[in-house]
Amino acid sequence: MTIKTLLASATLALGLATGATADANDPTKVGFIYVGPVGDGGWTYEHNQGRLAVEEYFGDAVETVFVESVPEGPDAERVMTQMALQGADLIFTTSFGYMDQTIAVAEKFPDVKFEHATGYKRAENVSTYSARFYEGRAVQGHIAGQMTESNVIGYIASFPIPEVIRGINSAYLHAKAVNPDVEFKIVWAYTWFDPAKEAEAANVLIEQGADVILQHTDSTAPQAAAQAAGNVVTFGQASDMAEFAPYPRVSSIIDDWAPYYIARTQAVIDGTWESTDTWDGIGPGMVGIGEISDAVPADVKASAEALIERLRTGEYQPFTGPINKQDGSVWLAEGEVADDGTLAGMNFYVEGIVGDIPQ
Amino acid sequence: MDLSSINPILLLASLMVAATPILLAAIGELVVERAGVLNLGVEGMMITGAVCGFVVAVATNSPWLGFLGAAVGGALLSLIFGFLTQFLLSNQVATGLALTLFGLGLSALIGQGYIGVKAPSFPDWYIPLLGDIPFVGPIVFQHDPMVYVGLAIVAGTWGYLKYTRAGLILRAVGENHEAAHALGYHVLRVRMLAIMFGGACAGLGGAYLSLVRVPQWTEGMTAGAGWIALAIVVFASWRPWRLLLGAYLFGGVTVLQLNLQAAGAAIGVEYLSMAPYLATIAVLVIMRAGRAPGSLGQSFHASR
Repeated sequence: MTIKTLLASATLALGLATGATADANDPTKVGFIYVGPVGDGGWTYEHNQGRLAVEEYFGDAVETVFVESVPEGPDAERVMTQMALQGADLIFTTSFGYMDQTIAVAEKFPDVKFEHATGYKRAENVSTYSARFYEGRAVQGHIAGQMTESNVIGYIASFPIPEVIRGINSAYLHAKAVNPDVEFKIVWAYTWFDPAKEAEAANVLIEQGADVILQHTDSTAPQAAAQAAGNVVTFGQASDMAEFAPYPRVSSIIDDWAPYYIARTQAVIDGTWESTDTWDGIGPGMVGIGEISDAVPADVKASAEALIERLRTGEYQPFTGPINKQDGSVWLAEGEVADDGTLAGMNFYVEGIVGDIPQ
Repeated sequence: MDLSSINPILLLASLMVAATPILLAAIGELVVERAGVLNLGVEGMMITGAVCGFVVAVATNSPWLGFLGAAVGGALLSLIFGFLTQFLLSNQVATGLALTLFGLGLSALIGQGYIGVKAPSFPDWYIPLLGDIPFVGPIVFQHDPMVYVGLAIVAGTWGYLKYTRAGLILRAVGENHEAAHALGYHVLRVRMLAIMFGGACAGLGGAYLSLVRVPQWTEGMTAGAGWIALAIVVFASWRPWRLLLGAYLFGGVTVLQLNLQAAGAAIGVEYLSMAPYLATIAVLVIMRAGRAPGSLGQSFHASR
């Protein structure tokens, strides 16, 4: 077979494939791109739970596909293109680092709808969605500040992007509010999922006196490190991580993507899909707080639950003034609430955090 | 920066732990190279050992059996290398590189379904009396058993190469395989055994990562440790005790850079992360490397 005939048959097959998906009776095809493996027990695990919920809800009307452990960068573009060529009608790209690739591929496939998680670039056929994880971080900080005895809280950060910095600031402010002596030690792991690096970082933080570890990386390795150390408190990240409860894991932030994924898939089926920007928190249920275990004293648990309730009703916002920036300049005056624009692009620490954000 | 938050005792203690995987892989490769074979597939054997050890440990709930499985897995993979290079006389450099790529792929395949699974715990030994010595006790005598197994293998290798007849034969095969053959020694048998020992040690090193250090399985978790092990063999001029020094140096810089970061050092994270590798390169350049075994990397065929 010559290259020409090969190419010709490939084009033919492609034409048949895309022709077939145009048929109205065919199921709607929904694709998911994951940054880690579905078994990570954290971030990607919860996105996959959302995918399974979509399958269960729609049954035969919807077909889902996914690709796991897709590196952020050019490789992601290849995977997305492949998915679009295979007839996906809606593609969820579930990591910040897919942002530019999602926009680039969306331009080439105007009929395919794209949904990019945690990013800020939108287009005619690209929506963005994220959760207000920082509301959960406020609860974590509130508990962490009261659980620590060494007054040192270790924080395993992933990449220096606004979402992560928001989490650090929110946790710090609420830890400081209940424990003025608290100090944050931050290690930048430069990965979303690498159990080896995460375990090293957790061990070093523990060696330097941290007795609470907060993580913005997706694996359970820091939980295992804390368990081995014996006297260190952790929180589940993105997923409940209940296998480490009641100790070291005393609570968690749970991402619940299922309702959003079902609603957006429905919109594609109905033909009512529009490019939107969704940013939901504890109130609408996109951010859940895992059960606070009995390792937490009753009064701390009660006050944490009161805080959750105030966040749920919207009565309280985590970033409410007075708050100064790290350099001492005023960010929010007394009673002032941060606007979404500033939060979305947050690139500074609040007053009291030691160290610089890597550039 | 607050340097006082770095506890030197804990730093030295975790240095020993951080160095163990590289130490195990490197001591195996040292024996292989002393027998005149250059196996660049250490990384592939390490990662295969990591996954084999993890699978066995999860299935049997015993870390010790896991380590045994890792050694067997690494040795089996090295047999492929041995067969290709010793019997089919393929190029050792190319075959070793291929073994690394093969091992990475094979381990990812075996590890499907083991991502996110918890390994059985492997508690530290608290050695009575010795562990109570101030300063030295917490640094040296309160680790998990594999740290001591690693040290025992180094000591054993040193004694074997220096004092035993079998060690002398192995060195002879590595220095001049024609002469060893003429004296009636079985060059291929010695080399195959050395290659299997190297594979088993690399497997142990990998399993130390997946069962103790992390302890979890992920694809590519050795992250280049096998290449560092190769560099440390050269750095050590093919001598066991200097190899121990090299592994501790690399482990020490690795632990130190994370500690500096956590202490808020005003050095870029990127520079800190590259520090262990820069240190290894610098030492390799500065130290005058000893003489390599005479027949290193050459194929042997009895008819020649």
